[in-house]
Amino acid sequence: MAQTQRSNDQRFHRRALESKAGLFTIVTTLAISVGGIVEIVPMFTATAGPERPDWVSPYTPLEVAGRDIYVREGCYVCHSQWVRPMRAELLRYGEWSRAGEYRYDRPFLLGSRRIGPDIHRVGRKYPDAWHYEHMRDPRTTTPGSVMPPYPWLLERTIDAEDVAASVRALRRAGTPYSDQDVANVHALIGTQADGIVQRLAEAGIQTEADREIVALIAFLQRLGRDGRRAIEQGLTSPTEPAR
Amino acid sequence: MWGQAAIPRPPIALGQTPDQSQTTNWLESVDPMQYTNPTKVDESTYDDDIVRMFFGATVLWGVVGMLVGVVIALQLAWWPANLGLPWTTFGRLRPLHTNAVIFAFAGNICFAGIYYSMQRLLKTRMWNDMLSRIHFWGWQLIIVLAAVTLPLGMTQSKEYAELAWPIDVLITVIWVIFAVNFFGTLATRKVKHIYVAIWFYISFVITIAVLHIVNSLAVPATLFRSYPLYSGMTDALVQWWYGHNAVGFFLTTPFLGLMYYYLPRAAERPVYSYRLSIVHFWALVFLYIWTGPHHLLYSGLPDWAQTLGMIFSVMLLAPSWGGMLNGLLTLRGAWNRVRTDPVLKFFVVAVSFYGMSTFEGPMMAIRTVNGLAHFTNWVVGHVHSGALGWVGMMTFGTLYWLVPRLWKRELAYPNWATTHFWLATVGIVLYTVSMWAAGLMEGLMWRAVNDQGLLASPAFMDIVNRLDPFYWMRLSGGALYLIGALMMSWNFIRTIAASRSEVQAPSAAPAVS
Repeated sequence: MAQTQRSNDQRFHRRALESKAGLFTIVTTLAISVGGIVEIVPMFTATAGPERPDWVSPYTPLEVAGRDIYVREGCYVCHSQWVRPMRAELLRYGEWSRAGEYRYDRPFLLGSRRIGPDIHRVGRKYPDAWHYEHMRDPRTTTPGSVMPPYPWLLERTIDAEDVAASVRALRRAGTPYSDQDVANVHALIGTQADGIVQRLAEAGIQTEADREIVALIAFLQRLGRDGRRAIEQGLTSPTEPAR
Repeated sequence: MWGQAAIPRPPIALGQTPDQSQTTNWLESVDPMQYTNPTKVDESTYDDDIVRMFFGATVLWGVVGMLVGVVIALQLAWWPANLGLPWTTFGRLRPLHTNAVIFAFAGNICFAGIYYSMQRLLKTRMWNDMLSRIHFWGWQLIIVLAAVTLPLGMTQSKEYAELAWPIDVLITVIWVIFAVNFFGTLATRKVKHIYVAIWFYISFVITIAVLHIVNSLAVPATLFRSYPLYSGMTDALVQWWYGHNAVGFFLTTPFLGLMYYYLPRAAERPVYSYRLSIVHFWALVFLYIWTGPHHLLYSGLPDWAQTLGMIFSVMLLAPSWGGMLNGLLTLRGAWNRVRTDPVLKFFVVAVSFYGMSTFEGPMMAIRTVNGLAHFTNWVVGHVHSGALGWVGMMTFGTLYWLVPRLWKRELAYPNWATTHFWLATVGIVLYTVSMWAAGLMEGLMWRAVNDQGLLASPAFMDIVNRLDPFYWMRLSGGALYLIGALMMSWNFIRTIAASRSEVQAPSAAPAVS
């Protein structure tokens, strides 16, 4: 027994590693670092390519406000924004999602579960009034839907100063908003919101330009449109794999 | 080849609570590596108060987290359960459920289990009691803040990293405090060789810090809103590097550490193979970190990264099963006791589910299988076979094992533990089977194309509305699991209350005389 004990203690890995807490921790840290470095670092060092196309533009301030509401309500929990390059998905949703389309997505909202359908190509698929009714009561537009109603979006208002803070933060994070964009947040919101309010009025729905539902509609109607236009005009990178 | 020839009999009688005055700790005196440490340490020198605190928090938050899970399961089966209020909708409560069960339930048992076992394995009290308390109260504060902010819609949207940036800062501070105390204890240990459970704890402390900090880097806009430094597919990759390794290093490695301490203690058998534990530890921590991109198969992520994620996920099967086999084979010669000891029942099912979900996971990470499984309820079923099966059952086993040792008293209702075990096991089966069926149905119906080359089920709602029976079945499974946890909680409350009244009685007597 004593003999076994001694030979056990003298084993190399016991002496060299498993008896040295500091060294063991350092080796563990190295072991858990390799994979992440190999996979993630190239995403930063690539300066061009399909992830950084010039045919996509940042979200407008009103769309930023709508996107914040989308995040707040956890819409991404049930809806993906990620059409996969598969026959059935192209038939059901439209063009598959290109990497570059997400260029200005902070945070990314690809989603991981489709309790409801994918909505990456939902932009301009339905009129504004459809989205208004869908948020008020999903079962009026989609019988049998399991989505909860969101009537408070029709009442709550957005604060342009708050949106300006978001735009400034996004710019600090790297989204290329110009000084003019940042200075004109109020006006940019007003112009885009008025258009939506007018379209809703034409459909017989009265609302105000500062309502959250208007911002959310602006965001939803924007989804997937830069990519769709680029694909139609043949601007997507030819180096992208055909799947 | 891997095993050991002679298995010494444990000095502790089977099924008996160890006598606390007798300091012979079988696992430590004849440890799994047949490493003899002659140092005898009086158990009373250890800080078990902190273990009791984390124990209580585990039970409390476990019930809360599972209750929220049952509520959101009901919401999918019956949408009016969203209650028409902003803060009770599925979109806000689902992150509350995941955060509660991962960071509150699983997190607190990891800390309870680590504080109890590392003091005994290293034969020293925790380095600093004040840091232990700051860790405990800081962690509970984080949980309370999460429980308030998530229903209010304050979220960063990244799965399992939803909490607003000020809470992220607080998590970092508390984690560093935990790490300082952890490594301080390691530095002041009274044994030379570090036991395998501690290796897994080290990987937990280090990796979670790295993952949390890198994934949470963001630019604040307001007090509770921020935007990540990364954008688009880079953000997605960083998130799923974090997300899958939260599974790997929050729900796997610390629990493997618990398995390496509590399973041999409960079975009163040494760990099957020391060499296997070395090989599977290093393989596991090295391979796990590569697997994140399997969450982004068929996305805009570069194909080479997707392929790396897939290949490493498949390779991960080997070290995962190394852990499972080392756990199950530790029971050699003790299988007869699984019939009578609820703690071992929980551990056996936990390790079995670990094996099953770590087989299923690599299969689902294969590109073509993922094409079918992704976005469906199958993923939910897979997650819960790991969460309810592995994490939950490991936790219950550890809690039942700890109670008589922490409160010096047998369970108030010993038979309830076995009832809890069966409720939980049947609950998991109902849950996973219903979600597999629902997921396969969804995946197949979404992609079905008819003879004309058109979608066989063009209306998405047709597929959604076929899920109802599966959702109700899942709800019943989850409810059984919750009922079991409630029985456990009441059992513990009665046990602890009785132990308090017993302890107080004799100490009062001398004062009177």
